[in-house]
Amino acid sequence: MSEPVLRARELTRRFGGLVAVDRVSLELHRGSVHAVIGTNGAGKSTLINVLAGELPASSGSVQLRGHDVTRWPQPRRARAGIGRSYQRTTLFTQFSVLENCRLSAQAHHQKPWQVWRRAATCPVALPAARDAAARAGLSDVLDTPAFALSHGQRRQLEIAMCLATAPQVLLLDEPLAGMGAEETDRMLALLAELKSGHAIALVEHDMDAVFRIADVITVMVNGAVLASGPPHAVRSNPEVQAAYLGEAA
Amino acid sequence: MLDHRQISVLLGTLALALWPLVTGNFGVDLVAKTMIYAIVALSLELLVGTTGLVCFGQAAFFGLAGYAAVKLSPEGASASLWWLLPASMAVAAAYALFMGALSLRTRGVYFIMVTLAFAQMAYYVVHDTPLGGGTDGIYLYVKPVLALGNVTLLDLERPLTMYYVILGCLVAVFAALALLARSRFGRALAGIKANEQRMRAAGYSTYPYKLAAFAISGAIAGVGGFLFAVKDGFVNPELLSWHLSGAVLIMIILGGLGHLRGAVLGAFAFALLQELFKSEAIFGPFAKHWLLGLGLTIIASVAWLPHGLIGIADTWQRRARRAAVVGVS
Repeated sequence: MSEPVLRARELTRRFGGLVAVDRVSLELHRGSVHAVIGTNGAGKSTLINVLAGELPASSGSVQLRGHDVTRWPQPRRARAGIGRSYQRTTLFTQFSVLENCRLSAQAHHQKPWQVWRRAATCPVALPAARDAAARAGLSDVLDTPAFALSHGQRRQLEIAMCLATAPQVLLLDEPLAGMGAEETDRMLALLAELKSGHAIALVEHDMDAVFRIADVITVMVNGAVLASGPPHAVRSNPEVQAAYLGEAA
Repeated sequence: MLDHRQISVLLGTLALALWPLVTGNFGVDLVAKTMIYAIVALSLELLVGTTGLVCFGQAAFFGLAGYAAVKLSPEGASASLWWLLPASMAVAAAYALFMGALSLRTRGVYFIMVTLAFAQMAYYVVHDTPLGGGTDGIYLYVKPVLALGNVTLLDLERPLTMYYVILGCLVAVFAALALLARSRFGRALAGIKANEQRMRAAGYSTYPYKLAAFAISGAIAGVGGFLFAVKDGFVNPELLSWHLSGAVLIMIILGGLGHLRGAVLGAFAFALLQELFKSEAIFGPFAKHWLLGLGLTIIASVAWLPHGLIGIADTWQRRARRAAVVGVS
């Protein structure tokens, strides 16, 4: 297998006496979807937050393409190639779809001192924004304000905003939450398409979707990894069945 | 082709330019003072309306620039405008940088309180030390001049010249902020206001952006402070008081947050309301309680005009469209 794009080693995050993430190690590879599943409160979102740099790790390390980024703040990690989406849709709701993507793309070409130049006509960020919106299937609604989008389109926009930052790693926190069957299919098709160019971590509760798309599954319980491996191995793991999958397995 | 916003700005500028031709000294002085407050309102609009930082210490930048203009002027001789204005702005920007560097570590109501505390700190320094001349303040006996060699370009002793210099500064500040709003820097500030978490996730270090906005805002408020000191020829601690910070905040809320035109409109509306409720010809003996009338009017405005005065046109347009739809159906 290729070198991992993102590697976490013995990652731990404590909140006082509570250990939300407990010595979790994982590797994300380009061309692979790594799903992280677990019950509510298992520490999945906290893990994503620590990987993205939104929360500092209490111990352990995070490496991006072999560089230790454990101490890097979130914006620096984002510029280095870690893109993320949120469990709760996090957009610039008053801005158009294109402006949401353009502002994200601009993060790589900030040049704030060029105050005489119009941001809306930036020759670098604008094509990147259009491209990201197109890849996420939002070309038809470029001028629509984000607040006027359907729930599924908002989730697509979250992904488009990530893509606009040209990430190498996508950390997706429940991108399918609240979606209908048709929207879920569309999103899974998008993720399958993105897989070839990105290393993807997917936190998700929809088990059908996870087993359709994931190449590797990590199961978390109480902040720690219970099992990790290919979907068929995880599905047949008796500990996983008992702790999480139950009848669904 | 100009849109309705640009047309309204041009008409407003034209009206201000022609105002001295149709009014006397009182009218010129009142509008000149209001334009200075409009500049300060624009500076606060950059922080509150554009960036989402509710600063309650804008008077500190205004007042310190005024004090700097007076203290840096040579006694008995006129200073050159070429360096005195930038120096006054630099003093205000430096204090804004200092205030911002520490206050931006806090959020919400704590941020508001810390900015207020910084402003009060500056207030008491000029109020209680010989540096600022105590409660009486200090006078500027000779106003600065703008000269090129031996040729005097602007003589600020003349009220009309002063008026047009203030108008020029207001137009320049407005244009600069409009340009800034369309730039990458301005869009990043708008993004920070809309969703700072998302901006950080996209790769923006938001702190330097907010700090830069603070410094720019301070410098612009400094322009106002400088003009005030030069126009009136004196400064006192009241220029740094929290009352003024509050009044400027009310101006931008009254005008409509998030709009440069709203800040200017709010400053003029505030001045107009102040003069109206102070008028003994209209309110008789009740005029001495003008603050009550002003306060009630502002409360009513905020309650009925949540988007400020600038939002009235939008509201009317929406109602007209709705009426048209109902009429058709």
